[in-house]
Amino acid sequence: MLTVSNVTKIFNPGTINEKVAINDLSITFHDGDFITVIGGNGAGKSTLMNLISGVYPIDAGSIQLNGKEISRLPEHKRAKMLGRVFQDPMMGTAADMEIQENLALAYRRGRGRGLKWGISHKEKELFKTQLARLGLGLEDRMTSKVGLLSGGQRQAITLLMATLQRPELLLLDEHTAALDPVTARKVLELSEELISEAKLTTMMVTHNMKDAIAHGNRLIMMNAGKIIFDISGVAKQRLTVDDLMHEFAKAGGEDLSDRALLS
Amino acid sequence: MEAVSLFFTSFGKSLPGTFAQGLIWGIMALGLYLSFKILDFADLTVDSSLATGGGVSAILITNGVNPALSLLCAFGAGMLAGAVTGLLNTKLRIPPILAGILTQLGLYSINLHIMGRPNLSLLGKAGVLSMSNNTQAIILSVIVCVALILIMYWFFGTEIGNAIRATGNNEKMARAVSINTDAMKVLCLVLSNGLVALSGGFLAQYQGYADVNMGRGAIVIGLASIIVGEVLLGRFTNFIVRLTSTIIGAIVYYVIIAFVIQLGLPSEDLKLLSAIVVAIALAVPALKKKKVKAQLIKAVAGEE
Repeated sequence: MLTVSNVTKIFNPGTINEKVAINDLSITFHDGDFITVIGGNGAGKSTLMNLISGVYPIDAGSIQLNGKEISRLPEHKRAKMLGRVFQDPMMGTAADMEIQENLALAYRRGRGRGLKWGISHKEKELFKTQLARLGLGLEDRMTSKVGLLSGGQRQAITLLMATLQRPELLLLDEHTAALDPVTARKVLELSEELISEAKLTTMMVTHNMKDAIAHGNRLIMMNAGKIIFDISGVAKQRLTVDDLMHEFAKAGGEDLSDRALLS
Repeated sequence: MEAVSLFFTSFGKSLPGTFAQGLIWGIMALGLYLSFKILDFADLTVDSSLATGGGVSAILITNGVNPALSLLCAFGAGMLAGAVTGLLNTKLRIPPILAGILTQLGLYSINLHIMGRPNLSLLGKAGVLSMSNNTQAIILSVIVCVALILIMYWFFGTEIGNAIRATGNNEKMARAVSINTDAMKVLCLVLSNGLVALSGGFLAQYQGYADVNMGRGAIVIGLASIIVGEVLLGRFTNFIVRLTSTIIGAIVYYVIIAFVIQLGLPSEDLKLLSAIVVAIALAVPALKKKKVKAQLIKAVAGEE
């Protein structure tokens, strides 16, 4: 369970560029929640995710993951509990390292690192079966450098890496936005599969309203650093894109971005 | 004709010394490989930490310490220098180049304090190797280089070694898999400068003196070694070959230097030559790209 309480984040305070990115925001993620997050540009979706993962410190409030205060921990310590996939497919993997080396790094997330060999035989077998289920033929290219792979392949590997050690919370930051539509759908299906299989508590930021409606058991809409709409269960299943647009207009939000309108 | 043969005889005579020097600087190039290639951190500390190693080794030997032990101390002193740069960068968020320059400048004074004077002669004191016996110097430095390459190969295959590589390759990803990237950077700079100082210790014993300026331009020599090695053996991606090619690069670099000196290049122009060579070598990838692009445009234009 993740509890975000009265969190505020202000960028460039005291300057002409001051921006209240997150404004006294509170929300609780229950175990097994798969939450999709939508909102216009600058609504604070990614910022919220970055505050949870520790990319930036919060200015006020608290963030507790399963009863543990994490808002003062450095990013790498929070990473022990979090699985993350970024928007940029290049960001989640080390390009100059082999596929199996990348997986081995992720396999050690949250565990100590010592002078043992960086990858064991048993792990290679495990990685092979895990890669096979991606259906991309990567299980036969385990010693290839990740940099040789396409964006979609890299994003699929990043997903696998994020879930290789069960995360207490999975953070997906518009992780299909930079992919072509066909690849995006595949990566999204894979995400759904991994999440439902392990019943992972998940937060998925997306620009695509249809995706936000089709996936997850709960949907939140953000505007100006606040949550303006939070719907779950049966009500969420009945949701349509029109409903969302209506909600957005009602909240007096600025225009949804063109990308969101078109999708 | 006679002049040519004379030229090659004296060039040939200087070769063993050139080889020994190349091998010793090769240790320094291995250290630079850690920071520059693996961590992607242009660390200017090395210009001073080399002299730190030389100075520590020389002062200890003049005080009667065993030369081999003095090398160990040189390694340790270099590690401390690397730690300073690493902490300046990670804890105080000073950019890599500036952090290196600050440590380099401060170390200059510390090096003078260590040696007590700008130049410390080891006349009459035996080291583990010496210019007067190049065969022995070459054998010993080959053994040291091989041992270091094997240790580095092992280390960068371990969990910590992989964590350092990931940090140098993609910091954001490294943090996401719970790697303490700050600690890995400091560790890598510590090891890197330890090797550089070790090289300085060997160099001081080999040439029979330590000098506070002995490391000036070391980073350029190290880069030149790495680049020359890549040009010669770049098609092999195996880590052992990469490290070995760095040492070979250092040797080739010194052979080239010996050659141009033999040709009559005044030694005061050496650093200018080194800088030009490295500048050209660093520019090659960019120039190649331009050429390929130009050819592509031409090809496309031709088709139309």
